[in-house]
Amino acid sequence: MTDLADLTISEASRGLDDGRFSARELLEAVLRRATVTEAQLHGYLTIDREGAFAAADAADRRRAAGGRRGPLDGIPIALKDNLCTRGVETTCASQILAGYVPPYDATVVARLREAGAVAVGKTNLDEFAMGSSTENSAYGPTRNPWDPERVPGGSSGGSAAVVAVGSAFAALGSDTGGSIRQPAALCGIVGMKPTYGLVSRYGLVAFASSLDQIGPLARTVEDAATVLAAVAGWDPHDATSHPEEPPAFHRSLERGVEGLRIGVVAELMGAGIDPEVLAETRAAVDRLAAAGAEVVEVGLPSVDYALSAYYLIAPAECSSNLARFDGVRYGLRVEGGTAEEMMARTRAEGFGAEVIRRILLGTYALSAGYYEAFYGQAQKVRTLIRRDFAAAYETVDVLVSPTSPTTAFRLGERASDPLAMYYSDVCTIPSNLAGDPAISVPIGLDSRGLPIGLQIMAPALGEEVLFQVAAEVERGAGFAARPRLASSEVMEP
Amino acid sequence: MTGWEAVIGIETHVELQTRSKMFCGCRVDVGDEPNTAVCPVCLGLPGALPVPNRAAIEGIVKIATALGCVVNERSLFYRKNYFYPDLPKNYQISQYTYPVGEHGRLVLHVDGEELAVGITRVHMEEDTGKSLHVGSGGRIQEAEHTLLDFNRSGVPLVEIVTEPDLRTPEQARAYGAELQRIVRTLGVSDARLEEGSMRFDANVSVRRSGTSELGVRTEIKNMNSLRSLQRAIAFEIGRQVEVLEAGGSVVQETRHWNEAEGRTVAMRSKEESEDYRYFQEPDLLPLEIDEAWRQRIAASLPRLPAARRAELVALGADDRTATLLVDTPVLADRFEAAVSRGAPARTVGSWLTGEIVAYARSVGADVEEVVPAVEDLVELAGMVEAAELSATAAKQVLAGVLAGEGTPRGVAEARDLLQISDEGALEEAVAAVLADHPDVVEQIRAGETKPIGFLVGRVMRATGGKADPRKVQEIIRREAGA
Repeated sequence: MTDLADLTISEASRGLDDGRFSARELLEAVLRRATVTEAQLHGYLTIDREGAFAAADAADRRRAAGGRRGPLDGIPIALKDNLCTRGVETTCASQILAGYVPPYDATVVARLREAGAVAVGKTNLDEFAMGSSTENSAYGPTRNPWDPERVPGGSSGGSAAVVAVGSAFAALGSDTGGSIRQPAALCGIVGMKPTYGLVSRYGLVAFASSLDQIGPLARTVEDAATVLAAVAGWDPHDATSHPEEPPAFHRSLERGVEGLRIGVVAELMGAGIDPEVLAETRAAVDRLAAAGAEVVEVGLPSVDYALSAYYLIAPAECSSNLARFDGVRYGLRVEGGTAEEMMARTRAEGFGAEVIRRILLGTYALSAGYYEAFYGQAQKVRTLIRRDFAAAYETVDVLVSPTSPTTAFRLGERASDPLAMYYSDVCTIPSNLAGDPAISVPIGLDSRGLPIGLQIMAPALGEEVLFQVAAEVERGAGFAARPRLASSEVMEP
Repeated sequence: MTGWEAVIGIETHVELQTRSKMFCGCRVDVGDEPNTAVCPVCLGLPGALPVPNRAAIEGIVKIATALGCVVNERSLFYRKNYFYPDLPKNYQISQYTYPVGEHGRLVLHVDGEELAVGITRVHMEEDTGKSLHVGSGGRIQEAEHTLLDFNRSGVPLVEIVTEPDLRTPEQARAYGAELQRIVRTLGVSDARLEEGSMRFDANVSVRRSGTSELGVRTEIKNMNSLRSLQRAIAFEIGRQVEVLEAGGSVVQETRHWNEAEGRTVAMRSKEESEDYRYFQEPDLLPLEIDEAWRQRIAASLPRLPAARRAELVALGADDRTATLLVDTPVLADRFEAAVSRGAPARTVGSWLTGEIVAYARSVGADVEEVVPAVEDLVELAGMVEAAELSATAAKQVLAGVLAGEGTPRGVAEARDLLQISDEGALEEAVAAVLADHPDVVEQIRAGETKPIGFLVGRVMRATGGKADPRKVQEIIRREAGA
């Protein structure tokens, strides 16, 4: 019999409905899996056993009383540790927030709880979500479940890894420049960044406010849609959240792609992309064509400038967003002779190297005399990228590209070369700048047995067609491989 | 100071008295226990986001409209970045380009002259928390420790910036006073300087009279009354002129007004001043204030002080009285009502702005609590008109009315202040005085008029001031055969 931890959400939900097992048993299976994998994986920063069992038991009581709340009732889900959880430590993988316990739940967390989901714990990330490998965690890196010598991607590396090995059925991550999609690709799961404003950011510790979006990581496209459906929708606490009803993305999964026009982004299909990744991407695109889609090549010329623009806009916003971590009200405080000295010391000791690098970059980019040349110019590029996308969507329904230029790289390989690390997000950043939705779906393995993801992009609030195509890609790929860390020889040594 | 001209611009911060704060649902309440009106948003907790308060936007649009500003249909929020312990996010949500209001003006009357002060901008921002520096002279540099209270953090704050159109400390004070009246009339803030719900910063520079180039300016802070605004500017002008006349140069810096010592003290110079790294607030959408909303707000504005003053003058108040009446709307209301019911403007205006205000001050009450009813004012004025009361007696009656002794007639009777108008009684009193002063009567008969006043005085004294002096004079002329 399959281990309960390996079920999809839809299978687990049916099992709970049929009374084949309880939410407590599901949770026990997930925690057992974590016990086996965590020593090597380090996907979780905190596991909230007590809270999780209370939530699972409550779900069991509801089902017994005939009051099931929905498909997530009783399903164990992990939360990236930059999402505020009332009463549970939230660190952003930073020393500066060591021991910080928020007094409130992020809106997405509150919505998951209302849907009956069981919050297992908080997952590892690059400090304040700044990085592409989860090596920038103050609490040690997360490993790739397919090869522990390699990174899981980042910054939502912990979320991707725990979903991949089955120590959670799904997870929430945040995506500022690819932080959901890239680790999903590197860990062989589905990761989705919604349209900017579809999901409330209230309670997400901000990295770059105009780019950040919370989204699901799951083992199937359908599961990702189920989680997204639970958290999407207008929130009066987030002025940038969309007031309209969310798109009906959950109903498009079975439609197929017959008659859809799919654009392959020319700029993301050449130099700098690993040949094996390119080959798998082309194969996936061919399968879409075979399934009835019309495939065309599309140029997005301004995408070449996306990375540069992103690394001005994101650090600029981060330099301001992270200013509040000063030792005055919460988190780490390193004493000093004056208030100013105390704040400076706290920040110097509390932040890691990459965070400090970005704060410095961003402070510089916003400085008087430099603003126009850097931040102002980057905003203009952002406008151009939006226009390029808008023009492309006049002729195609969705765009596709690789999610990541390479498969998982080795720990330490890019740690000392920030530019090489930044390049990891070259394919994912454009959607953040445009504010459009995008998803990564696993399509195969490279010759080293490492997963490859296909990125699908759609226009703003185009989640319906996005999931429609993603489901077809998933069916076409028939991706069924399981990571080494979740396989039986590791489980039962 | 001759040969020099000052150039003054004023930045004013007004706290709006909305029910909730600018970007969260916390109550706006002075006088709460420290850190009780706070939430994740106004404490700047990780993950919290701002949501604009519609009532505050209405408040600022009222102010901008009252100041004749262009109200931008699309206005932008910016972040002003600087580190300070009582600024929870270490940035303040404020405005930069496209503020709510721009290009307004405020017309003042100073010393009989009209002065139009340009309003550069009216913008929306959030207030900071308050620091209490312990074990020092109130300065953070010397504090042993600092206590923070975030109840004020996030209170809606409107900043009103003038063009450098003011030239004298008196004009600056008149501007401050008129702005305070406008804000109070709009009902958006109590605009109390002592409590900080209205705060002034003044930019001051001086130049040789007749030149047009601007001198180096300093910014003065911490004036918490209209009087200290005027004094601080006067001091600063004198200081700058002194520096320049001694061959020195003025340093561009921020200076702190020390009320006790009556002087300004340097706080920080331009070199140390911050680069605020303004950029558009990504957590907020552009503020849309459409035509319909603007018109609805404009239509809802009460009569503004200038218009009200003009109306009061038309009713017969002099300029000074009209200004005083407008300062306290309840007095202006009483004035209008009493005058429209026939009471003479001069008399009623003088009571309202004189005796009544003085009485309120003497008992430490608000004017609203003590001001007599319209009926009482009309009755009292009528008694004076009908010569039942002398002007002096009327003031005594007014004092009785204010003290709650009853209606004007009741008080006049109880205090025995009604004038003797009865002919017979007056004739008797006059006859007695004439009998006592036959020599004076002779002079009058001989054609001198001056001594009549002397005899009137004697009769008044004999009647304890209750005789109607006009009637007494009439009778004396008749009896003495003048």
